[in-house]
Amino acid sequence: MTTLPQTTHKKLGLVIDLDTCVGCHACAVNCKEWNTGGYGAPLSDQDASGEASGSWLNRIHMFEVKPGDAPAQVVHFPKSCLHCEDAPCVTVCPTGASYKRVEDGIVLVNESDCIGCGLCAWACPYGAREMDAKEGVMKKCTLCVDRIYNDNIPEEDRVPACVRTCPAGARHFGDLADPDSHVSKLSAERGGFDLMPEQGTKPVNQYLPPRPKDEPAFNLADLAEPTGQKGLLGWLDNALARL
Amino acid sequence: MPKDELDLSPKVSDEIRQTTCYMCACRCGINVHLRDGVEGRKIRYIEGNKDHPVNRGVLCAKGSAGIMQHYSAARLKAPMKRVGPRGSGTFEEISWDEAYEIAAGWLTPIRETDPSKLAFFTGRDQSQSFTSWWAQQFGTPNYAAHGGFCSVNMAAAGIGTIGGAFWEFGSPDWDRTKYFMIFGVAEDHDSNPIKIGIGKLKERGARVVGVNPIRSGYNAVADEWVGITPGTDGLFILAMVQELIKSGNVDLDYLIRYTNAPYLVVDAPGEPNNGLFARDGDDNILVVDRDSGKLVAAGDTKRPALSGEVRHKGQTLKPVFQILAEKYSGEDYSADAVAERCGIKAETIRRLAAEMAHVAFKEEITIDQPWTDWKGEKHEKMIGRPVSFHAMRGISAHSNGYQTCRALHLLQILLGSVEVPGGFRFKPPYPKPSTAHPKPHTGHAPNTPLDGPHLGVTHGPEDLQINADNSARRIDKAFSWENPISAHGMMHMVISNAHAGDPYKIDTLFMYMANMSWNSSMNTRGVMDMLTDKDENGDYVIPHIIYSDAYSSEMVAYADLIFPDTTYLERHDCISLLDRPICEADAAADAIRWPVLEPDRDVKGFQTALIELGVKMGLPGFTKEGKAVYKDYADYITNHERRPGVGPLAGFRGEDGKGKGRGAPNPDQIQNYIDNGGFWMEHIPEEAKFYKPWNKAYQDWAVEIGLFDAPQPYVFSIYMESLAKFQLAADGHGDRQPPDHLRQRIKDCLDPLPIWYPPFEEGAVDLDEYPFHALTQRPMAMYHSWGSQNTWLRQIHGQNPLYVSGDICDQKDLKDGDWVKVTSVNGEITVPVARMDALNPKTVWTWNAIGKRKGAWALEDNAPEVTKGFLLNHLIHELLPPKGDGMRWANSDPVTGQAAWFDLRVKIEKTSNPDGVSKPNIPAQASPVGKGPDTLDYGEEWT
Repeated sequence: MTTLPQTTHKKLGLVIDLDTCVGCHACAVNCKEWNTGGYGAPLSDQDASGEASGSWLNRIHMFEVKPGDAPAQVVHFPKSCLHCEDAPCVTVCPTGASYKRVEDGIVLVNESDCIGCGLCAWACPYGAREMDAKEGVMKKCTLCVDRIYNDNIPEEDRVPACVRTCPAGARHFGDLADPDSHVSKLSAERGGFDLMPEQGTKPVNQYLPPRPKDEPAFNLADLAEPTGQKGLLGWLDNALARL
Repeated sequence: MPKDELDLSPKVSDEIRQTTCYMCACRCGINVHLRDGVEGRKIRYIEGNKDHPVNRGVLCAKGSAGIMQHYSAARLKAPMKRVGPRGSGTFEEISWDEAYEIAAGWLTPIRETDPSKLAFFTGRDQSQSFTSWWAQQFGTPNYAAHGGFCSVNMAAAGIGTIGGAFWEFGSPDWDRTKYFMIFGVAEDHDSNPIKIGIGKLKERGARVVGVNPIRSGYNAVADEWVGITPGTDGLFILAMVQELIKSGNVDLDYLIRYTNAPYLVVDAPGEPNNGLFARDGDDNILVVDRDSGKLVAAGDTKRPALSGEVRHKGQTLKPVFQILAEKYSGEDYSADAVAERCGIKAETIRRLAAEMAHVAFKEEITIDQPWTDWKGEKHEKMIGRPVSFHAMRGISAHSNGYQTCRALHLLQILLGSVEVPGGFRFKPPYPKPSTAHPKPHTGHAPNTPLDGPHLGVTHGPEDLQINADNSARRIDKAFSWENPISAHGMMHMVISNAHAGDPYKIDTLFMYMANMSWNSSMNTRGVMDMLTDKDENGDYVIPHIIYSDAYSSEMVAYADLIFPDTTYLERHDCISLLDRPICEADAAADAIRWPVLEPDRDVKGFQTALIELGVKMGLPGFTKEGKAVYKDYADYITNHERRPGVGPLAGFRGEDGKGKGRGAPNPDQIQNYIDNGGFWMEHIPEEAKFYKPWNKAYQDWAVEIGLFDAPQPYVFSIYMESLAKFQLAADGHGDRQPPDHLRQRIKDCLDPLPIWYPPFEEGAVDLDEYPFHALTQRPMAMYHSWGSQNTWLRQIHGQNPLYVSGDICDQKDLKDGDWVKVTSVNGEITVPVARMDALNPKTVWTWNAIGKRKGAWALEDNAPEVTKGFLLNHLIHELLPPKGDGMRWANSDPVTGQAAWFDLRVKIEKTSNPDGVSKPNIPAQASPVGKGPDTLDYGEEWT
């Protein structure tokens, strides 16, 4: 079994805005193309020209919400590793391959120690880990650890691939241990929440809830016909005179 | 790797090459990271180009899957000639020399006798200014790209009304708008800019209202969803127009200055000038001067009347605004009257109108930027009405789509929100008056170029391309009485008309990037039959078919000769201001593609192949004194001049490469683009950024950079006199007369003011029998059949259930995974079901272009696209059901000919489907490229 660090210096993670995510899958695909040639084994695809299934570190789910007294809503829900403080995937690992970095809290799999037993995926309540069918090692979001500190990448681009590519700007990256970071402030302002807090995993990633929908924009009366001015054409004469 | 060996700074790539994406029609800038490995130089990673005006660094799912597109197993490898029967997919690879020999062997005799026997249609072509020029030099009148089956209603209505439309023509002022209403959108029209824009609105807390039968994508994040019934958008919009007019919430100053609202219209039913503008002896349009009450030329008063009527030369004249107020104030367009039909509560319609009015007039914004209008009047500030709109195929792919698009522009105009801060803004080279567009041409003769551009705008019966007997001069019947303003041609009618020999037979069908035997046609099964049908002599009814595609698509199987195209990363292209530009509201811009990787197959960019074929045939413009003028497409891009000093690319012109818009060809131009990140951009001066149609500084700037040669200010056409001219002809006036069977339809549908009428299919089928609407949408992660072959994207949308509204599911006892038979008046399909409650209750829908024919695209027979995927196209016909009059009535808009995809009505019934395969299950085509790989581990060499 593997131990978690008592604390980490930073808590790097994502803030994902469910009010803004249009469900376009850009983050998932860009993640796949960055990571298949990057950290660890490729994200392989099986029966690639047939039924096609492969390893992904980020997937977008869609849910219908049916409020009952209002129109049904659709929520797009991107899901990847949440880099939990109390990560059960780490403590369950029999070889020490799964670990949480002391420096920044990123949860990684050291693939050379991974025996592909799958316990970590079983322990993760979020289904955020996927076994690569070709290599037999566990794949998961690395928060693009090979981008965010990479001297070969322009400084402004040292963010996870999903964040850099997100067209709607629904994904934010930063240090959630620092209350003054933009992600901490954003999460505080918008009511960022833990996914499934009852699991006690203390996820670092935060989700911003969708804003209320289908409510009037303003408290306005309906447009009234102009009165005392002989209807529209009377109004028109007066209005033109004022121009 | 051990923890202490974790490399935090791995090498990314050996080189970054910047080009333009082609994973959809959006045309974003991309950085292609190339890395050396055991298999040579390969793509390590593709990301958005942060400097690029379209995407500013972001990249969607499609663009991010470019690696799989570039290395697709479905890529064609060499030219091919058919050796089996059409449709079978059996080919033999040949050399390019032989391919050109065969093509010239068919085409040269056509050109020498009757060039119209060639129909050349180029699908999702992004080089139309070049391909149309090739067709012009050949001399055939039968050229168009895919606009007619896509969104020509949107383009033509916009051009006619405001001098531009959405997407390529203009966009919401994302940085300032406070209230944004988006109607049905094909996701790649525009892909990343809309997502970036919605992100900005969300960040600022601006209001987003989605009007769409389906609450997915942008509608899912909208603050309010209006789940409208398909085909009723025009009714909904005009009901809001009534609310605004009745309450006086219209921008009168704007209407007087910038629109034809004050113009006087002759109200003399039966007389030959009824519905035309009143003019003086010098052909000036007349208005009433409010102070003197006299008739004066429109430019001679700043205080024209908007209401009332006057008698002049024995006729009654009324200002446009008066006619408009009368037309939309009636019960037909009241919120109460339209509510049930639209599926929107009357109180919601009234509230939305009130919200718009509030934002437009109570939350006005101003920019402290003086500007001068074209009449010389100075304005201290720029005043904005921060309400904006966007719409695309959802409202336009109906037989009432043209008028619906016009209605939306009317709504924008009444609010005074077009081309002002916070509203809708044009992108260069728009705004452009409709009269500045070319008129269509069909004048052809043996061995002679066409007498002018194929496509354009018609302004009255005199511009129609018809013969004395009213027969169409074009194979697709564009610019005929059936669809007089079919500005983009009608690709969806070509095969049907060619097969029927109506209006005439052709010899060779030459197509590019158009999967006509599958997802790009209505009536797919029928089209397959037409392409393979033989005459009494045993010859194919359409004698020759040449097709160019990069991939082994369904259409490949139906061609006699294949020109294999490159992938988008192996080719030269120009995203030209002469074509479908990528400008922004604040800047003119264009871009290139260039071979960031060299092809490893015997393929050529289609445009280069066209040049070589043109040289072989000795086409004018392509040869001079027996020698090739351009050696390839890159050479054409660099050296071709459309007007002196104006060529395909606007940037880095002149011998010194410093010319902007104008200048002599620069031999280093393409390298200059490469050095600049693959694009060129020139910002519009601050004082020229708004009010562009009327802003002197903008007009002067546009002339300076070569967008046009003289200032061309104009006013918006709330009232379209050209439509009145067609109506007059239908009423019996003038030399050119429509056939009798079309008179009433022209009178009814070509109203000079926006109207709503029911979609034609509703009048042609029994609505009790076919009670439901059926739609398709393009997923955000797919671009037609290109996307649905991509190994990564297929894992996102590998199959397409029929999404059925909760109401219908309850009514029919349907649950997820059940199978239903979906029947229209044209055919039936058997497909899997998924329930969706966030959907208009009378509607079913599916993703388009997912289903694939067995054997196509190098996919295995067990691919879900083959087994479960399906096309709704089988249910949609290019013709309306026969009316018993012996005529073929197109299932198209009566103004523009746009394919009415979304008018479809269906019934559905639960069925058992024991084999679990969707129907029709079309037999396999042979694959000329084999099958794709079983396991992929892309990037393995670098990890």
